[in-house]
Amino acid sequence: MEKRVTFKGIWLPLLLLAPQVLVTAVFFFYPAGQAIWQSLFIPDPFGLSMQFVGLGNFEYLFGNRFYRASFVTTAIFSVSVTVVSMGIALYLAVLADRLIKGSGTYRTLLIWPYAVAPAVAGVLWLFMFNTRIGVVTWYLGQLGYDWNHVLNEAEAMGLVVVASSWGRISYNFLFFLAGLQAIPRSVIEAAAIDGARFWTRFRTIVWPLLSPVTFFLLVVNIVYAFFETFGVIHTITGGGPQQATTILVYKVYADGFVGQDLGSSAAQSVILLFVVGILTVIQFKYIERKVHY
Amino acid sequence: MSGMVERRGVSHWLTHAGLILGVLVIFFPIWLAFVASTVSQQDIVRPPMPLLPGDQFYENYRRALVAGVNAPVAWMLFNSMVMAMGIAIGKIVISLLSAFAIVYFRFPGRMLFFWLIFLTLMLPVEVRIVPTYEVIAGFGMLNSYTGLILPLIASATATFLFRQFFLTVPDELAEAARVDGAGPMRFFVDILVPMSRTNIAALFVILFIYGWNQYLWPLLITTDPSMNTIVMGIRQMFPSGDDLADWPVIMATSILAMLPPVIVVIGMQKLFIRGLVDSEK
Repeated sequence: MEKRVTFKGIWLPLLLLAPQVLVTAVFFFYPAGQAIWQSLFIPDPFGLSMQFVGLGNFEYLFGNRFYRASFVTTAIFSVSVTVVSMGIALYLAVLADRLIKGSGTYRTLLIWPYAVAPAVAGVLWLFMFNTRIGVVTWYLGQLGYDWNHVLNEAEAMGLVVVASSWGRISYNFLFFLAGLQAIPRSVIEAAAIDGARFWTRFRTIVWPLLSPVTFFLLVVNIVYAFFETFGVIHTITGGGPQQATTILVYKVYADGFVGQDLGSSAAQSVILLFVVGILTVIQFKYIERKVHY
Repeated sequence: MSGMVERRGVSHWLTHAGLILGVLVIFFPIWLAFVASTVSQQDIVRPPMPLLPGDQFYENYRRALVAGVNAPVAWMLFNSMVMAMGIAIGKIVISLLSAFAIVYFRFPGRMLFFWLIFLTLMLPVEVRIVPTYEVIAGFGMLNSYTGLILPLIASATATFLFRQFFLTVPDELAEAARVDGAGPMRFFVDILVPMSRTNIAALFVILFIYGWNQYLWPLLITTDPSMNTIVMGIRQMFPSGDDLADWPVIMATSILAMLPPVIVVIGMQKLFIRGLVDSEK
């Protein structure tokens, strides 16, 4: 799409573009280029010189047990966060959509955890499940269950998944509810007159009509779980125990800033760039599809 | 109307019960944090802690705001406010300008710039942290507001949004402005920007929350506690080693950290929802 009516001038538009181009060049293209460049080198132990290793960093990474494990951890984590947050959100949205009045009130009550930062969410959940003073830990103890996410890998993973899904329920709820309310009532009423029960109606009419929203949320939530949950991991587990919750983004940080292994960290950044690229393409494909509807 | 689909009665109340249960479960972590911010450390370290608020509200919040653990929380609130406002306003301003240039002018290299900007869509700072950190360190911008803000305004989402909106603005308006002898900047300031105000407001809500909730970036570049933002500062309040954390102050800080974005979301719910939907299109 183009404008028919435009203004004349060359310097003015360039001047208008300058701030964004400058910021993008300095804080986006240059660092991204640096990441690619650094990923081809390893620094000597004193940080005085760099040795060119070609794709050595990548070879090392994919041969590294911990890095491969981090891929698996990220996959388990992202899928769990996506399924948990979307499942609960869909359940609540379907309930709210059944109401003739009052769905707006529930929406107000349900959307605001979205505003809580992942790092703050992490602190809240850490507080409830703290091994010494946590309320939930204490009640679980009364029931005879010994909760200890500091030592138990599965419990650590469970806790970061729940803490990351929590705020996300709001977001998914909002989109699911909008999607449900966009389905014409008449279609559902027709099915009801034909004697279709709620579950049949949901399975055969509502779910297929909701699929564009579901697909969109699937991509968005995976992106969220990949890149925006650093705060949750950092506050609750710090990647442990035994790297059980070290997702890829956390590993870039841990290797680059804590471990000072710049070559490896840069190579990991490049791999993540690649992952983002793939996810972006998927999302654009989705947008195209939506336009063609 | 939909009485045909669901009869009132048991199922109606079950629906409400299900929703109320959901709301309660989702509220619980925040409720507990609030309770913890109103009781004494003694109440917390001898589990189970009470589930109803105590009488230490004033004392805990005063202690957090004035003293904090490493730095007064009032400072961190101020830093977060500067960062969130800087990111929201900065992004909106540079995006309005560049979208205007791309939509309303024909100049050499236009498509090149267009693609250069849009390549940055969706690339979070988390992915390029080490080199971006080095750039900021090289400029001597560690522990500065500029360092906190600038790298996070390099994103194309807002530009893309304004471009889409400008394309829907009727050509007659620009035509009329030209006939009246108004220059491009007059048109931009007097017509285009006022017309975009709903989009600007919706975007502002989303960007404010985005900026306020940043964690990794401030964690890296603010080594001086007085420059910490509140969201990252909370984690810094936990003692290293086996010492007991000052839970009432930490929880009071958590409540303070979520208050501004929550007020924005609830107070501007319509704009928030619109911004959310817009920015994901």
